[in-house]
Amino acid sequence: MTVRERRRGWRSLDLGELVAYRDLFFFLVVRDVKVLYKQTVLGLGWAILRPLFGMVVFSVVFGRLAKVPSDGLPYPLFSYTALVPWTYFQTAIIASTNSLIAGSQLISKVYFPRIVVPMAPVVAGLLDFAIAMSVLAVLMFYYGVAPTASFVFLPILVLIMVLTAAGVGLWLSVLAIQYRDVRFAVQFVAQFLMYAAPVVWPASLIPPEYRLAYGLYPMAGVIEGFRSAILGETAMPWDLLAVGSVSALVVFLVGALYFRRTERILADVI
Amino acid sequence: MTDIAIKVEDVSKLYRLGLQEQMHESLGGAVVSFLRSPLRNFRRLRSLSTFTADDSDAADVIWALRDLSLEVDQGEVLGIIGSNGAGKTTLLKILAGITEPSHGRAVVNGRIASLLEVGTGFHSDLTGRENVYLNGTILGMTKREIDARFDEIVAFSGVERFLDTPVKRYSSGMRVRLAFAVAAHLEPEILLIDEVLSVGDAEFQRKCMGKMGEVAGAGRTVLFVSHSMNAVKTLCTRACWLKAGRVQSVGVPLDVVAEYLEEAIRPETTREWKAESTADDDQMIRLTGTRVRPRGEQRILMGEPYGLEFTFVKTTDLPFGLDLTFHLVDEMGTLVFVGSTVLDRESWRVGEGTFTATVEVPENLMNEGVYSVARVLFLKDKGSVLCEQRDVLRFEVVNPGEGRLGWIGGKKEGVVRPRFLWRLDHTGPTPLEAG
Repeated sequence: MTVRERRRGWRSLDLGELVAYRDLFFFLVVRDVKVLYKQTVLGLGWAILRPLFGMVVFSVVFGRLAKVPSDGLPYPLFSYTALVPWTYFQTAIIASTNSLIAGSQLISKVYFPRIVVPMAPVVAGLLDFAIAMSVLAVLMFYYGVAPTASFVFLPILVLIMVLTAAGVGLWLSVLAIQYRDVRFAVQFVAQFLMYAAPVVWPASLIPPEYRLAYGLYPMAGVIEGFRSAILGETAMPWDLLAVGSVSALVVFLVGALYFRRTERILADVI
Repeated sequence: MTDIAIKVEDVSKLYRLGLQEQMHESLGGAVVSFLRSPLRNFRRLRSLSTFTADDSDAADVIWALRDLSLEVDQGEVLGIIGSNGAGKTTLLKILAGITEPSHGRAVVNGRIASLLEVGTGFHSDLTGRENVYLNGTILGMTKREIDARFDEIVAFSGVERFLDTPVKRYSSGMRVRLAFAVAAHLEPEILLIDEVLSVGDAEFQRKCMGKMGEVAGAGRTVLFVSHSMNAVKTLCTRACWLKAGRVQSVGVPLDVVAEYLEEAIRPETTREWKAESTADDDQMIRLTGTRVRPRGEQRILMGEPYGLEFTFVKTTDLPFGLDLTFHLVDEMGTLVFVGSTVLDRESWRVGEGTFTATVEVPENLMNEGVYSVARVLFLKDKGSVLCEQRDVLRFEVVNPGEGRLGWIGGKKEGVVRPRFLWRLDHTGPTPLEAG
């Protein structure tokens, strides 16, 4: 027996319903993966080219011209290691933000737990991420850098990264339905967030007294963590990661709860 | 309680229109308005999702449903009819859980599936096979259920050969067939269907109707929105006529359909509109009333001219060029003609005040039948639309008796019935028969 009536206030995530619709989630992810590079010449090659292109630009501008320090690493390797998680993060939040608008047809015609729509691109982006990671192996071989033992911590970093992207994506996607400005704003926000993250510069530039506060930005710990796990030149930034994982969890929960609270009006304002 | 599938109790649904564009009287006004627009836009967008108690009577709020109560028994096939905007789709959306009622509640007993559109979520870059799974899971099936019925679905659709072709290479008919095949293999206890059988070719429609009958026969509960009175009469066990968000009548399909049809062609020769709220009113022209002349006549005799009156209020002294356009349609919705000052004369230039525009329609123009003024538009400087009103008047043109042809099986003999001038000339002698 189901009751349809006006609900107010905050609502739980209703995991039972999400389990019932897990197949839908799976097929939405499959759709996002399959459709992304359909009818392109390079196909999945774009997953490699996008961070690679960023690496070339950053190496010339920041590595050569501006001489930004890179913790003693070759600048291309330094920036590419950061660009792999960053490209994932940026793509995921932008795709997630636009997902509800793109799926407005679905939302106004069928009922299903809406949360699967913005979550699908967050998960689908992991394929690109994996491909870009494999290119990293080639680069490491070229520069003669061997992975360190802290490689095993990568899954934790990935988890923090995905949680953060999901939280931001959920929040922005539902906001974008009502205020389409968000679609444009997210482009700038992503740009800003990239320079705020230690992508083109090392976190060691942050004065020690601000380091923990900086760690509140989950991508700071994630990106520094990637450098540590893969290149091993710096120690695993556990301080940043500890603060970052708490704030990632908060971002995700707030995003998800805000989504649940607002989703009831989706079909009406689309 | 167990044999009731759906119980709707005093359900209301408010929608806010709120996204109308505004007109500006001057460049300066437009600039000021542009600078102030972010704040106004924010309020407006925000208001889309917020209602306060006294909002219910505001001008930009419409009641899609108003205190609607309805019970549907298990195994019943309920046909829902009504004119556009009566709230049929809104009712289905509330039952399906797509949108929430503003007031009241609906209780649904059993697994529910809705089919408000054929092929929701179809992605043109994916193959037929992939779309079957995507569409199926969107409609609420699990992968396992689709696996089990996959062959059946494909056979029903008749597109076996193209299963691994992207759907964008399909003809629109093939697309619809595949989409409907998926929907037809949903097995919910309660099925909500919105006007989806009107797509596809005749043969496919027959197939769909067959499937509908099958579903109904299997003891499942079906709510079926349709504009096809025949479908409602043949498939449904009960019919419900919605009018302006309320239940107008419920009962035996034949009776309800007859009642509905009778009203649909009832003349409406005088209409008046209340003044809307004046606060922040940028509207320069408002239609306040329309009439068919001679006043009070519901029937127009074919051989006599008649007039249409449009009374409007102009709230500004700006002397722009004002034009009026109206569309006249027959009972099938076919456009008979467009009458417009743009075509017939120069624009009016008047100050503020209340005005009545009268247009004389010549005699012997239209054949007998029911005609409606479907749209009235006021134009500024032959360009932008200042005001639009739909479904304005309805009146009947009758043949006073003489001169009926009556040899096309009682059907209407064309939309227009001009009086022609005939002449018979003697143009030669009888030809001599050859041989």
